[in-house]
Amino acid sequence: MGNENCFHCGLETKDKQYLVEDKLFCCNGCKTVYEILNQNELNCYYDFERAPGVIPKEFKNKYNYLDSPEIVEKILDFYDGHSCVVEFYIPSIHCSSCIWVLENLDRFNPGIKNSLVNFPQKTLRITYKQADVNLRELVEFIASIGYEPQISLEDSVGTKKLVSNALIYKVSIAAFVFGNVMLLSFPEYFEIQEFWLEQYKNVFRWMNFVMVLPVVFYSATDYYISAYKGLKNRILNIDVPITLGVIALYLRSVYEIVFDVGAGYFDSLAGLIFFLLLGKIFQQKTYNYLSFERDFKSYFPIAVTAIDKDGKEISKQVQHLKLGDRILIRNEELVPVDGIMIKGDATLDYSFVTGESYPIKKESGEKIFAGAKQIDGLFEMEVIHEVSQSYLTQLWSSDIFQKDTHKSIKSHVDKVSKYFTIVVLTIAFSSGIYWYFADASKAVYVFTAVLIITCPCALALTTPFALGNVLRIFGNNKFYLKNAQVIEALTKIDTIIFDKTGTITTNQQKEINTNFIQLNEFEQQAVKTLLRSSNHPLSRIIYDTISTPISEDKIKDYKEVLGFGIEGKINDFDLKIGSAKFLGLDLDEINETRVYIAINKEVKGYYSMKNTYRVGIEQIFSDLYPKYELIILSGDNEGEKERLLQMLPPKTQLEFDKKPIDKLNFVKELQDKGRAVLMIGDGLNDAGALAQSNVGIAVSEDVNVFTPASDGIIDAKIINKIPELLNISHKTLTIIKTSFVFSLLYNVIGLYFAVTGQLTPLIAAILMPLSSISIVIYVTVLTNYINKSSN
Amino acid sequence: MEVVYITIGVSVIIAIIFFGVFLMNLKKGQYEDVYTPSVRMLFDDEEKSKKQKQKDTINK
Repeated sequence: MGNENCFHCGLETKDKQYLVEDKLFCCNGCKTVYEILNQNELNCYYDFERAPGVIPKEFKNKYNYLDSPEIVEKILDFYDGHSCVVEFYIPSIHCSSCIWVLENLDRFNPGIKNSLVNFPQKTLRITYKQADVNLRELVEFIASIGYEPQISLEDSVGTKKLVSNALIYKVSIAAFVFGNVMLLSFPEYFEIQEFWLEQYKNVFRWMNFVMVLPVVFYSATDYYISAYKGLKNRILNIDVPITLGVIALYLRSVYEIVFDVGAGYFDSLAGLIFFLLLGKIFQQKTYNYLSFERDFKSYFPIAVTAIDKDGKEISKQVQHLKLGDRILIRNEELVPVDGIMIKGDATLDYSFVTGESYPIKKESGEKIFAGAKQIDGLFEMEVIHEVSQSYLTQLWSSDIFQKDTHKSIKSHVDKVSKYFTIVVLTIAFSSGIYWYFADASKAVYVFTAVLIITCPCALALTTPFALGNVLRIFGNNKFYLKNAQVIEALTKIDTIIFDKTGTITTNQQKEINTNFIQLNEFEQQAVKTLLRSSNHPLSRIIYDTISTPISEDKIKDYKEVLGFGIEGKINDFDLKIGSAKFLGLDLDEINETRVYIAINKEVKGYYSMKNTYRVGIEQIFSDLYPKYELIILSGDNEGEKERLLQMLPPKTQLEFDKKPIDKLNFVKELQDKGRAVLMIGDGLNDAGALAQSNVGIAVSEDVNVFTPASDGIIDAKIINKIPELLNISHKTLTIIKTSFVFSLLYNVIGLYFAVTGQLTPLIAAILMPLSSISIVIYVTVLTNYINKSSN
Repeated sequence: MEVVYITIGVSVIIAIIFFGVFLMNLKKGQYEDVYTPSVRMLFDDEEKSKKQKQKDTINK
């Protein structure tokens, strides 16, 4: 007994309480799922994986708002009067059994035409007939088998972003054309004066002429636009010389073919654009399952239960909530607005907001802030701020969230390209003028040749390939960046700010202090036995600390008072375990979590719990110390100040009691002083500071679950690698700089041919791809090497 | 050697047809989810057909 695992979810079963046929379950939830699946002939679910299930959460009445057609309309992707298409994000999708059961939903309700899972994105797309299926029932069914869809405020406001495939189309067209043009140009590479080649060369040339049109007028358009925008803002970015090169290549080739003077450079042109676009694709590493753009809207519910004047429960959209409305918050629901607690049991978990996962009990009349999650029971509250004006969400009205691309990083390439363009134009004009006097027939030829051969293909490729490769290396280490530019931004950082709770401390473990309590063996046994009945996280921690075995005696008069504690009788012991208030003690406010124990009305003492700091935090700080200025920015009180001062390097600045908006302003002030700030935080309360900082990195215990909008997401387990990751970024920049030198060398060689008037299509066709490919290999090999050497 | 017009013409046309098919599938979203289909193809249809048979016999 005790060693058998739940048939549904694989957790250890405590006793044989939940038994169906010969199958054992850990809880009623798992048992119910099994029964539902059995009933709907979906029990094949268990054939694909062992114990594939997820324990379903309670959701009673939670989805009532789906009865309102107005809200349903906002969630649906498509509706034509009969068929509806809806897409849900379901975070609990994790194995092939999940795919199977969710794709066989038609067994549950034949009105479902089709359901398709996208596993990497964890989405489920359902097509159903409106006449036969009620969306609420459907969602409740999915939720009842453990696949609770996340329906958030985001679905109802703003339009969904469509991922653009444009770049893929452009590359594939360029690749197709490049291959075929190469093939058709091949005869020209060998100037064999063969009769039939002479006769047919015009066919090949005109075919090239036609083929290259979509590349020049479609695939390469991004470069023209970017160059135009750059010139408009008086910046000579890298796309300016690229555009010049492309135009020169195209016009020159058209001229040669139309007047039958040569073969043109169409092969080089197609190759150039293909390689450039390939670099762009390589740089784009997207993590399907991560989102860097989430704000509170992704987490807040779309609707809540409101209570109207007659005391009736109605569904109301969160956005329509007004001052003075009364709303009902149920178990597992998120509080979407600030309000005053009226009645019921409010046990709130603010981990979304602060990173601190301990539930807090609220009494009626107390203020409740948006972002809290109800843990147990239900309560009623009155709205005091509308959703957009709450303590938490007003952060998002700050300017920093209004601009689309507020962080424009001037990349190193653009700095180089400024001088590059000027030099190239000078050389092109002066050699053109020289040849005009020396041999006027060659002047235009030389001028265009210079523009063609200096087209900075290699220069433009080294950055995307180097950064793209490092991006992947970081990704393999569970450090996910939004885009490659962030790596360049990381190299400019001089100040690093850490959030405290949840960032440098961990939620998973608590340090328990047993110095303030003395219990004999029998008392310990009784306490442990009682704790076993409670699911509260603190109970489990103390349960694990006591080493004596539990007694077999029955507990009598067991009672759990939510948010306060538990009591019960075992043998002669009358136990009371819980907060000071629960035991009737009158204490001043304290800065730590304590659990008091009273036996037979005598207070024995307390267990105190502290956040533990993540392993290696001291090491990180001492590694980063004189190089960067270090700051700790916490929303908590000063309780931990002494301990932090001891742990951290002497000049670390400590800031406490900062509200979310204070954090944002703190970062802003530093930036006004000319600092480049890296912010590392975790909760929604850091979201403002993360957005404001030059680079904002979110720390996450589970990257699938929650992260505020940021430039990067780092797995909490590798937070101690931050100094190393910064180091890799710096080294990558050095590699990019050296590769610039190499690509300039190639240009000098090319210029020799161009200026002396010897640039044939063959030389161009060899030199341009050769320089690009060798540079790409150079940066890829070196970035891999620095990663290996730093491991 | 006029056959060269035909051979090149045909080869280019075939290439363009294949390329068109690729673009079409790209548009249809075939490359958006490259993992799920690999799992889906391993599911048996057996259970479903059993159930169907039962239904059929009842209907008869």
